[in-house]
Formats: sequence, C-alpha cells, structure tokens
Amino acid sequence: MSKGKKTLMYGFLILTSAVSIFPLYYMFASATNKSVDVVRGRLLPGTELFNNFKALCANQNLGRAMWNSFRNAVILTLIAMLVCSIAGYGFEIYHDKGKDAVMNVLLLAMMLPFVAIMIPLFKMFSQMKMVNSWAAFMLPTISTPFLIMMFRQAARSFPHDIIEAARIDGLTELGIFFRMFVPTMKSTYGAAVTVTFMNAWNNYLWPKVIFQTEESTTMPMLVANLMGGYTVDYGMLMVGVLICTLPTAIIFFCLQKSFTEGITGSVK
Amino acid sequence: MNSDDNSGTNSRKKKGLSLAKKHNLTGWAFLLPAALLIVVFSFYPMFQAFILSLKKGVGQNLTWNGIGMYTRILKDPTFRQSLFNTFFYLIIQVPVMLVLALVLASILNNKNLRFKGLFRTMIFLPCATSLVSYSMIFRSMFANDGFINTVLRNLGMSPVGWFQNAWAARFVIIIALIWRWTGYNMVFYLSGLQNIEYSVYEAARIDGATALQSFLKITVPLLKPTILLTTIMSINGTLQLFDESVNLTSGGPGKATMTMAHYIYNTSFVQSPNFSYAAAMSIVIMLMVAVLSLIQMKVGDSRE
Repeated sequence: MSKGKKTLMYGFLILTSAVSIFPLYYMFASATNKSVDVVRGRLLPGTELFNNFKALCANQNLGRAMWNSFRNAVILTLIAMLVCSIAGYGFEIYHDKGKDAVMNVLLLAMMLPFVAIMIPLFKMFSQMKMVNSWAAFMLPTISTPFLIMMFRQAARSFPHDIIEAARIDGLTELGIFFRMFVPTMKSTYGAAVTVTFMNAWNNYLWPKVIFQTEESTTMPMLVANLMGGYTVDYGMLMVGVLICTLPTAIIFFCLQKSFTEGITGSVK
Repeated sequence: MNSDDNSGTNSRKKKGLSLAKKHNLTGWAFLLPAALLIVVFSFYPMFQAFILSLKKGVGQNLTWNGIGMYTRILKDPTFRQSLFNTFFYLIIQVPVMLVLALVLASILNNKNLRFKGLFRTMIFLPCATSLVSYSMIFRSMFANDGFINTVLRNLGMSPVGWFQNAWAARFVIIIALIWRWTGYNMVFYLSGLQNIEYSVYEAARIDGATALQSFLKITVPLLKPTILLTTIMSINGTLQLFDESVNLTSGGPGKATMTMAHYIYNTSFVQSPNFSYAAAMSIVIMLMVAVLSLIQMKVGDSRE
C-alpha cells in the first residue's frame, strides 16, 4: 500500500475515533464543571464533580432509580437468557418442519413496532392490576426473536456427537442442555447478556408508560427529568448522564470480547 | 424363533419411535415458554391494537367505528408532519450510516492495520450510552449557548439556533443518530467479514484490483446477508424513533422534528388520550415496517 493511502486510512480512522469519543469526553468534562462553565464551552476537567453529584442527590432520588434499573435489568436478563437460549436450542437440536414453521412465525414479531403493541399491553396490564410492577416491565421483552435466533444459530455449530454420547451416558435432555450446551456457548451468552442488559437498562418508552409512580422511576427517566425544569443545571445533568452510562459501559468492556465473538456466530 | 425375531425388531422399533417422539416433545417443551411469551405479549396485543383501531370512545365505552380512524389519519396535518420527519431521517441517516459502517469495517479488516482493537473499541463506544443519555449530551452540545456555538463564535462565524430552526434541528437528530449507531452496525459487518477468507483479497490485489474494486466486487456481495440484516434493523429502528425526538428536540421547533412514535405516545398519554386513534396510527407504522422489510428481502433475493 502506498504511503499516501496509508496516511489517508489512518487519518480517517483517527478522525472517526475522535468524533466517536468526543461527546463522551464532553460528558466527562462537563460532569466536573459548573453549569456556567459548561455553557461557556469549557472542555478541561474541573473540580465540581462532587458538588454536582451532591446537587443531583439533593434533587433526585438517585439510589432508588439505580436500584430500580439494576433490579429490572438483571432479573430480565437472567430470565431472558434461560427462556431464549433453551428455545433456540430446542428449535435447532430437535428441529422438524413444524418447529421451523413456528420459528418463521415468531420471526414476524421482529417486524412489530413496539409503539403498535404498547397501548394494548398497557390496557392488558392495567386490567390485571399490574401497572407499576416490574413484572409488567419485563414480560413483554423477555422473549425476543433476535435472541432466539442467535442461540439457534449457535446451536447449529454444537456437535451432535456430544449429544449422542451424553445420552448414552444417561444424561437427561435437560441435563445435556445445562451441562453440555450452556458451558460451551460462553461467547454467545456474553453477546446475548450485553445486548439484553443494555436494552433493558436503556429502555425508556415502555417504562415511561408502565411506571406511573415516582417510586418506580428508572435511571433514563431520572435523566430525562433533569432536563424538565425551567433552568437546566448542565453540570448536574451530565453527572446524571455519566452515572446512567457507567453500568452499560462497564458491562460492555467486560464482555467486549465475547460480544464480538457471539455476534460473529450469529451472522454466520 | 421366527416370531421371536419379529417381536425383537418390533419392540426395538417401538422403542425407537417413542424415543424420537420423546425428543420431539422435549423440543416443543423447550421452545414453548419463549413462543408463548411472544404470542401473548406481541401477537395478541397487535391483534388487540387492530380491533381497537376500528373503534371509538373512551375507556370501556367503545363503539364500532369502521375505518373512521384511518380516514382521520389522511386528514391529520400533524401525522403528515411526523411521517415526513421520520422518513426524512430514514432516507438520509440509514444510507449514510450503513455506508460509513461498511467502509470502517473493511478498513479495520485490513490485516496490516495497527491499533485495530483500539480503533474498533473507540468507534463502538457510543453504543454503550443510553438513548436518553446521548440525547442529553447532544442537546447540551448544540444548545444556544452550548459548546458548538461557542466554537463557531470563536471561529468568527455566527452561532446557529440549532433547535429554533426546523432543518437545523433535524440535522442535529441525524448527526446524533449516525454517531450513536455507526459502530453498532460496524460490529456486524466486521463479524461478517471474518467469514470471508482473507486470501480472496490478496488474490484480487495480485490480479491488480484497486481497493475500491475489491470493496465493491468482494466485500459488498459477500456481506449481502449481513447488509440486509442491518438495513432491516435500521429501518425498523428509525421508523420507531422515540427517545431522540422526546429528549433531544422535544419534537420542536413546533412539531418540526416530531417522529411518528412520539406523536403516537402523545396521542395516547399526553393530550386528551385517544387510544383508538393512536392504535390506528401504530397499525400504519406496522404496515410500513412490514412492507419495507419485505421489499428489502425481495431485493436481497433477486440479486442472488
């Protein structure tokens, strides 16, 4: 490759990376500055982080929102992993015409926009007196065609010999799934956990509909509230944004390797 | 002796059949919970939404209304505006983002590139922010007295009222969307590229193909299934755009940046709630998503 081309390529990558990183740096820097300095466009880290954090805690019930978001996202992710991975495994390992047809029908659910089913869901849960319950938040998003497909794809590369051998050894079908399949599919689970946790944590529309009391406020709702007042304290806002972003960023960094590997398995 | 043999094969056959049957049932049992959840919490509500869209009234006092809500959509200027906005975002943002993601992925797929992992992580990082969070970051950066305008002023240019001007506000939304989602799509392309033997590129280079040629003749055709997947996901996502419209621009100025999902939410829960009308609009969105996805799949197939 010529030198000019190489420079162009690296230049493009560096520029794109800089643009990708900058708003995040801006969030960091702003979280440590006074609102007036943020507005003036100050980009250097300041010393106001703790004060902004104190202001946020005085203004909003941060602990409660964090706890709500964590509880919702963790429980949802755990249940979704179990339900969707066993379904994907079932579709692939025991596949026949009937199951393939069912899978094709389920895939249609990918095309249903959430706004379209939101109102009937809300009515359904209010009839069951489940508005504000975390079960109502979770139930519609536990099982997704995307996850089922991902695990079905992963099960395709799972050797049938192992299953046959395990059967001869007397393992039950459920035992084969838990003792043979689950441990070998770590990167698929890693990718699935990343996607599911992020979606659950970041979800804004459905919580806004189903959580109608202040007690059930989630982190994204709390952050949105910070913009609501007449004057906006940008330093405080950015601390909120920062805290809301940290858990998903940490999950992403911890599972990054398996995330890319798992996605690779799913697009094969 | 003969009969003994027969009974032996019979019982073996019987056992074999029942084992296959058992496995078949196990399979159904494994997929049942997931399938039931999707039926109860996706398909059934969709059916309910359709029924609701044919009625009118408040709460439990609903009466049949035929296609009344659908004819109302045709005459609703706000719906037209939100439809225009959503499709404007779609037409500009989705192609720009996907092409950018594809170009980045094929650069990062280069074997001799240094700091590959670092570049990939940095470009993917925006995906770790929640939609509300990044909306807030962009809102603050593009605020009247915010960072972008300060830079413009320092460069001797006049500041722009990003959220006072309809086109400027739409531009900010598009920029924000591209920023948030390019890395996400790039990861899908990078994964797809790993299935292409690198020697194909080396052979093409030896045969004298330029980088552009091998991009258009090797990368794009071989990545077609992944391109199809990301296109459908992006179209679907953009048609359902909500968080950005609510938090980045509040739909303003006026209703100039309001998306369809935002308008449906407002119709359902903000102004005097009208579930039936909101349901009718959401059915229209669903049809658009379905039609666009089907066209995509057809186009994807015909190029085989």
